[in-house]
Amino acid sequence: MKPAPFEYVRPGSLAEALDALARHAPAGRILAGGQSLVPMMNLRLVKPAVLIDINRVPGLADIRVDGGELVIGALARHAALLASELVAKHCPLMVEAYRCVAHGPIRNRGTLGGNISHADPASEMPAVLAACDAKIGVRSAKRARTIPATEFFTGPLTTALAEGEMVTEIRIPTAKPGQGAAWQEAANRQGDFAMAGVAAIVTVAGGKCTHASVAVAGMERPGVRLPAVEKKLVGTTLDDAAITAAASMASEAVRPSGSYHADPIYKRELAETLTARALAAARERAR
Amino acid sequence: MALIPISLKVNGTRFERAVEPRRLLSDFLREDLGLKATHVGCEHGVCGTCTVLMDGEAVRSCLSFAVQADGCEVRTADGLAQGGKLSALQQAFWEKHGLQCGFCTPGMLMVATELLERNAKPTKAEIEEAVSSNLCRCTGYYNIVESVQRAAEMMQEGAK
Repeated sequence: MKPAPFEYVRPGSLAEALDALARHAPAGRILAGGQSLVPMMNLRLVKPAVLIDINRVPGLADIRVDGGELVIGALARHAALLASELVAKHCPLMVEAYRCVAHGPIRNRGTLGGNISHADPASEMPAVLAACDAKIGVRSAKRARTIPATEFFTGPLTTALAEGEMVTEIRIPTAKPGQGAAWQEAANRQGDFAMAGVAAIVTVAGGKCTHASVAVAGMERPGVRLPAVEKKLVGTTLDDAAITAAASMASEAVRPSGSYHADPIYKRELAETLTARALAAARERAR
Repeated sequence: MALIPISLKVNGTRFERAVEPRRLLSDFLREDLGLKATHVGCEHGVCGTCTVLMDGEAVRSCLSFAVQADGCEVRTADGLAQGGKLSALQQAFWEKHGLQCGFCTPGMLMVATELLERNAKPTKAEIEEAVSSNLCRCTGYYNIVESVQRAAEMMQEGAK
C-alpha cells in the first residue's frame, strides 16, 4: 500500500507547470488535490514516473464572474466551491450536488479540475457541468483551447485531454431568470459514490418549458446528457404528466454499467425516478 | 530517487528532514518523526483514521505526500494534550466513552477539533455530518457524537 517511486516537480507558475508537462510527456501526471490519484497510486493501479504538483501555482484556484459566465480555476477546492457565495448565486445546482460529494476532509483537498480530469462515471460534477453546458478550458505549452463539457468526457476515466494538456478553468453560463435546477442522487450512504444521480435544468417562459437539460451520473461514462428526455419536455407546461412521460424515457435512454451495489436494471429504475424528482424540483424553482 | 529537503511545523515544533517524494505524510509522521498517535488504516482515503490538520484543515495524511507539507503547519492527536492535561475534547471522549478499541480515535479527534474550531456550537446533525467522514469499526458512533457535544459544552463553560 505504498506508491511506486516517482520524481517530484513543484512548478511555481502555470507556464512552468505546462513546460514540465511537455518535458515529461507521457510519463508526467498533474497532482492537484490527489484525492483520486493518490489512492490509485497507493494501490499501485497507476505508477506515474513524474508528478507535477500544481498546488502552489498562484491564481489557479480563483472563482470569479466574467460577463455571463462563472469562471472556476481548476485548482478550486470542493470545500471552497461548496461555501462560495458566487457559486451559490450563479450555479446553485453545483452547490446542491456538492452536498453529495464525499466528506469534509476529502472536500478540503479535492479540486474541481482534478475531479473532472479523473472522470469517474459515478462522479457528480461531470453531470452538473454537462447539464449546464459548461466549457472546459485546457492548455498545453503550445496552445489553449476550450472543450464543451458534453464532449470532454469520452469514456470511463477517459477525457478529451491530449498529451501535454491540463485543465486550467471551467466556464459555466450563469443561471438566468425563469430557470430552475435540481440535483437528485441515490447513494448507499451520504457521501458515497452515486449509484445514480440526475441533474435537471428547465427554463419556463409564458407557462411553457422553453429549454430543458438533463444529465446523469453513474452510467457508462461521465457527463451523459439525455437529449430524448429534454426534447420530450420542451413545449410542455411541465405538468406532472409531462414529467412522468419524459422520466419514463430516461430509463430507456441511459446505458448503465453494473456496480457492486446496483445492477443495470436497478440503475434504469433509479434514472427514471431521480429524473422525475429532479424535474419536479427544478420546475418549482423556475417559478 | 533523490531525497527532497522539507521544513515543517508539527504540533508547534519545527522539523527539517529529507524525504523520498513517495513518502506519505502518514508514514512520515509515524516512522520519521516517531509521532504514533496518527493511525494508518485503509491507506486509500476511506477510513479517516489518519486524519490530521494541515494549516487548520482536516486532511487524510495517507493521501498527502510529506513533500507537500513543506512549509505547512501540521497538527496531530499527539499535540492535543498540553502539559499532561487532556484537551476538552479528549476529556469529553474519556467521560462519554467515545472510544472502544481506540483505533479510529485520533482521526475522530482531529475532525472534531476542526469542527469545534470553526463552529463552537455545532448541532447534532453538524457533528454527525463531520464524523461521518470517518469509520468506527466498533460502530460506537452514538458515544462519539455525545463526546463532541459534551466537548462543545465544556469549551463554552470554559470560555465564560
